[in-house]
Amino acid sequence: MADSPILVQTAPPARIITPTMLIALVILGGWLVTALAASAIAPYDPDAIDIMNMLSPPSAAHWFGTDQVGRDVFSRVLFASRVDLLLCVVGVLPPLLIGTTIGLLSGYFGGVVDNVFMRIYDLTVAFPFFVLVLAIVGVLGPGLLNFILALTLVGWVSYARLVRAQVLTIRESEYIQAAKCLGYQPATILSHHVLPNAVGPVIAYAVSDAVLVMLAGASFGFLGMGAQPPLAEWGVMIADGQAFVQQAWWICLFPGLAAISLGLGFALLGDGLGLLQRKGVTA
Amino acid sequence: MSLLQLIARRLLQLIGVLAGISLVTFLLVHMAPGDPARLMAGERASPETIAAIRSQYGLDLPLWRQFLTYLTNLVSGDIGLSLRFQRPVSQLIEQFMWPTLFLTGYVLCLAIPPTVALAILGARRPGGIADQIIRLVGIAGLTIPVFWLGIMMSRFFGVSLGWFPVSGYGTGFAGHLHHLFLPALSTAIWLVPVLTQSLRAALIEKTTADFVTAARAQGATERQIFWQTMLPNAVLPTLNLLGVMVAFMIGGAIIVETVYAVPGLGTLMVNALLGRDYYVVQGLTLIFAVSTVLITLMVDLLTAFIDPRVRL
Repeated sequence: MADSPILVQTAPPARIITPTMLIALVILGGWLVTALAASAIAPYDPDAIDIMNMLSPPSAAHWFGTDQVGRDVFSRVLFASRVDLLLCVVGVLPPLLIGTTIGLLSGYFGGVVDNVFMRIYDLTVAFPFFVLVLAIVGVLGPGLLNFILALTLVGWVSYARLVRAQVLTIRESEYIQAAKCLGYQPATILSHHVLPNAVGPVIAYAVSDAVLVMLAGASFGFLGMGAQPPLAEWGVMIADGQAFVQQAWWICLFPGLAAISLGLGFALLGDGLGLLQRKGVTA
Repeated sequence: MSLLQLIARRLLQLIGVLAGISLVTFLLVHMAPGDPARLMAGERASPETIAAIRSQYGLDLPLWRQFLTYLTNLVSGDIGLSLRFQRPVSQLIEQFMWPTLFLTGYVLCLAIPPTVALAILGARRPGGIADQIIRLVGIAGLTIPVFWLGIMMSRFFGVSLGWFPVSGYGTGFAGHLHHLFLPALSTAIWLVPVLTQSLRAALIEKTTADFVTAARAQGATERQIFWQTMLPNAVLPTLNLLGVMVAFMIGGAIIVETVYAVPGLGTLMVNALLGRDYYVVQGLTLIFAVSTVLITLMVDLLTAFIDPRVRL
């Protein structure tokens, strides 16, 4: 079915990599390598306590200094990238998959399913996003798993809404009519004809969403509602360092810069993909 | 459709959304693992005490009856009792809401002037150097963790330079302005890029609008067109966005208040979460959602009032 002639009608997506996207890919690639090879790159064990070297400023031995129990901040920043990078993936994928599925069904079939979905959407966006996720995590109990669960519970509606809007226009297009006339099953039409044409904006949105997820994850770690100490996570590290920021600014500074650079990678990539989408639509 | 009809329809929708919000906040507390009665009584309470609390709070009733009680209480203005403070949640909110309201107003005052200036600067020459720089700085601004920015600014401006207090709310209007400057600035730095992008896009969209061509054909100067035709037309989409942004600002306020120890609703919320004071969490979630919905409604009605086309 994949090589059916109908697919030829879908416009080939423009594949232009802009300089900003290249920068984004380099940043993201760099963090991916760092996360995978953290144990090889890091000069120290991220959890090794060294009472003799508490709160020592950045030096040749400790590039980013040490924290209040003498742990090497540089090593912890590297190891934390595993948690934060994984958080971006695990925080984006479940809402994306669930939302896309529901959006496809809701937009294509309409009717009761669509009505129910729209009411759920209206209701979910009535709550400030951060407040609702925070309240759910607070009630379920702090921790990364509950954070992801709450994020999924709240986040899928945006994806579903986006996909639904796409499907509503795609549904009326000629190639879908043609596929229907040829007698394809709805499942085939949805997976082979509607989905490939609806997925572009979703991916662009998901990449931008990764920035929000990463920032939310770090914020939850900071508030004590996400990753729990002593796990090295950028938000947790910043929270740890807050009490010592007068004497030891480096404990807070470097995890923040790391978060910004990873966020920048996702944001620039999302921005580039978004631009490509808009160009593709008008072309 | 007349304005009155629109208002009536929106109020009807509002009732539906409010009912939904109360259902979600109700279920929120019932999702909690463990027994709320045990939580209230403490770990070492006897089974009799727990049973007494259960019947006192109606926790032994079926779920739908409990929801009805909750709804009835809400309608009469009772949003629950704090387990920790042993005071009505509404009283707590009244006590803690002023710093948050002050902070929100402050953020808007700090955010709107640069937003308008930057958006105009960018939209005057779309794709120009100024526009590109504003866009990239905006993207970068969005990736800064607000709590980190808060800590870093309090370290630099508060501790190193000693210009601003790093915590608290201060006394009197001037005191509030002084104490909340850094919290408001941290939030504004994050809000300005979003608003700028929206206003810029709206401005650029208007450059090709028919009424701009018409104005030009009538011999208006470019300066007149920009200030008198394009800008007023671009304000409405941004006003709409502001309604959405209020929801984000509430989230931002929660974090910023925690960083700067501002005794506001955000601090109350975080402390209630960490102390498992579920009814305070429930009440605050409800209040935050209702305020968001009401503000969105007001922005919508204001838009419809200003722009007759919206009413169609």
